[in-house]
Amino acid sequence: MRVSLAVLGALLATASVAGAAPDGVIRVGSKSFTESYILAEVVAQLVERVGEARVERRVGLGGTGVTYRALESAAIDLYPEYTGTLSRVILKDPTLERVEALRARLEARGLTISDALGFANTYALAVRADRAEALGLKRIGDLARHPELRAAFSSGFLEREDGWPGLRVRYGLTLPRVTVMEHALTYRAIASGDADVMDVFSTDGQLERLRLRLLEDDRRFFPDYSAVLLARRELAERFPRTWARLREALEGRIDGRRMAQLNALVDLDGKPIAEAAAVFLGGDAAPASGSGSRRAMLAEIGVLTLSHLVLVLISVGAAIVLGIPMGIVAARYRRVGQLELSVVAMLQTVPALALLMFMIPLFGIGQGPALVALSLYALLPIARNTYAGLMAIDRTLLEIAWVLRLGELRRLLRIDLPLSAIAIMAGIKTAAVTTVGTATLAAFIGGGGYGTLIVRGLALDDTATILAGAAPAALMALGFHGLFELADRVVIPRGLRR
Amino acid sequence: MRGMITLDQVTKRFGAVVALDAVSLDVRPGVTHVLLGSSGSGKSTVLRLILGLAPPDGGVVSVEGTPVDATSRDRLVARMGYVVQDGGLYPHLTAADNVALAAEAHRWPRARIAARVAELAGMAGLDASMLRRYPRELSGGQRQRVGLMRALMLDPPILLLDEPLGALDPIVRAELQDQLGRLFAGLAKTVVLVTHDLREAARLGHVITLMTAGHVVQQGTLSDLEERPASPFVTKFLTAQRLAAPASAGR
Repeated sequence: MRVSLAVLGALLATASVAGAAPDGVIRVGSKSFTESYILAEVVAQLVERVGEARVERRVGLGGTGVTYRALESAAIDLYPEYTGTLSRVILKDPTLERVEALRARLEARGLTISDALGFANTYALAVRADRAEALGLKRIGDLARHPELRAAFSSGFLEREDGWPGLRVRYGLTLPRVTVMEHALTYRAIASGDADVMDVFSTDGQLERLRLRLLEDDRRFFPDYSAVLLARRELAERFPRTWARLREALEGRIDGRRMAQLNALVDLDGKPIAEAAAVFLGGDAAPASGSGSRRAMLAEIGVLTLSHLVLVLISVGAAIVLGIPMGIVAARYRRVGQLELSVVAMLQTVPALALLMFMIPLFGIGQGPALVALSLYALLPIARNTYAGLMAIDRTLLEIAWVLRLGELRRLLRIDLPLSAIAIMAGIKTAAVTTVGTATLAAFIGGGGYGTLIVRGLALDDTATILAGAAPAALMALGFHGLFELADRVVIPRGLRR
Repeated sequence: MRGMITLDQVTKRFGAVVALDAVSLDVRPGVTHVLLGSSGSGKSTVLRLILGLAPPDGGVVSVEGTPVDATSRDRLVARMGYVVQDGGLYPHLTAADNVALAAEAHRWPRARIAARVAELAGMAGLDASMLRRYPRELSGGQRQRVGLMRALMLDPPILLLDEPLGALDPIVRAELQDQLGRLFAGLAKTVVLVTHDLREAARLGHVITLMTAGHVVQQGTLSDLEERPASPFVTKFLTAQRLAAPASAGR
């Protein structure tokens, strides 16, 4: 009973995702990388301290596209963004540089931004400090004098126009020894002296620890990526005290070094995000002890288990309700059936993550669109197996059903479906077990579930957090498998069991 | 008297294969009419056409004077019971549920169904304790009895049996043949029974129609076939069957 109530509650919650935020709630979003998580958590804790509204954290939404659309569709109320991203990616007008200009332009979209928080997270080139000292490297232009230096760049930086291709033209650089390398590995290469120059983000937590020096962009090639808060205007109007407090507490208060330290706290020291945020805010909100954070993690896993279950149960349920009739129709009307099954099979060839992304323009973000995508994904095994099961029934048995004049419906319920029960159950089993896995991707569009931890773990490069999401998902898949083995005993007629 | 079931110049093709070639047949009411022939002779196809499971390509099949076609077949099939080899039982239903299916569709009350199932079990010689079993828990003979009970559930005047005893061992087979003979006589049904077994035809059939390759070779009693064979094939068929089963030759 309690489970069904929870499912009902989740359904209602799903229904409300698309609409505006309910009274007294501020939904804080973030992209899925450390800095964004930390800033969002800082915002969330500040909102809690003001007490004007309840906080809902909808963090780790992925890249700019998903997160911005979430804000646009009012699935979240604010998130940390960067001026360079606003001008280039969102407003698509690189001439907009100043905060005032951006704010004026965003007004038409019902959005607003805070002033700059104080730091910029831009591309930068880094060299080991001792090496920079020895070679007298201060500015990017200085690299032109040292063509012997070995550069290791991430593939994004190597290809983007605002990365290496534009940079070398602006500064007239000729570094013949440029290799492409996975970012995380480049730190090691540069520490060991196997590489001399790498691309970094200016608030990278590793800079200080590895004693790296940023080369000055004296020709102002890299666009300005100053951090700001991007919010819906109604947030500022409905919760003026909160918005004022956020601006007061954050505008101009975080410099690049401070941000890099906070990032290092999470990335290198493995502190929980809440703790890093609390460190910045000072005061007593810090969950000090390790056991406290473990308890928090367990509590979170509990919540995510429920939301993961909801994702799986509702989407597989919908796939059953849709898939079995589709299989029946396919078996009855061959031509329609072939068309129908091909369409469903085609859906299956769309990578799950892409399918989830396609949902965003149609249904926004959150649990609702995730459920739609997962249901579509679960459809094929169920429809296909129902079809296969029905087609495999001995023709004589079907003819006898006609001779006995059972009628369409009775024949379907009394003969056809029970005889196909093994195949149909196998399809449902496949759908359920794979959906437990696929549902972890829902987190990429803010759909909740265990994927939330996996996405966060990936963003923070934290294996323990990834496992905290992946291991329960595997267990749940096993659980479903076992559950269906039991269900077989109920659903599959005794006469058919071996 | 008009035939209960008649075939008039009926032809049936499956692609290039001619299964029935201008077959005419007249089954009298209350008579057990055996279609005898080896496999591929078209005898099972005759049953399927009578039931309306497949339409003829030429000629007319009539049941109780009405031609079997797309509009009439639904009504006519209600007059017939159909038994196939090994019973054709639904594996997911118990014996009793298999037998009860047609009555369920007619919304008979539970008690009436139970009473009729019990009555049929007695008639078919099936132990009542077998009724709760699933088909795979029954012997071949028991399955066949259940199949027969199912066909008789609504007491149709016509009974069509397609190699009903084909899958049984000789002893059970002989026992069931006797039982079927008594049953048909007692119920006064019009029966069309398909078999490849001469002894079965001899034991059960008032009339025997010998078929080969989609043709009727001869129609008559066993002694007609033995004493006045219409063609050398008749003698050949009878002799081959006798040689194959010497144990019953002296009967």
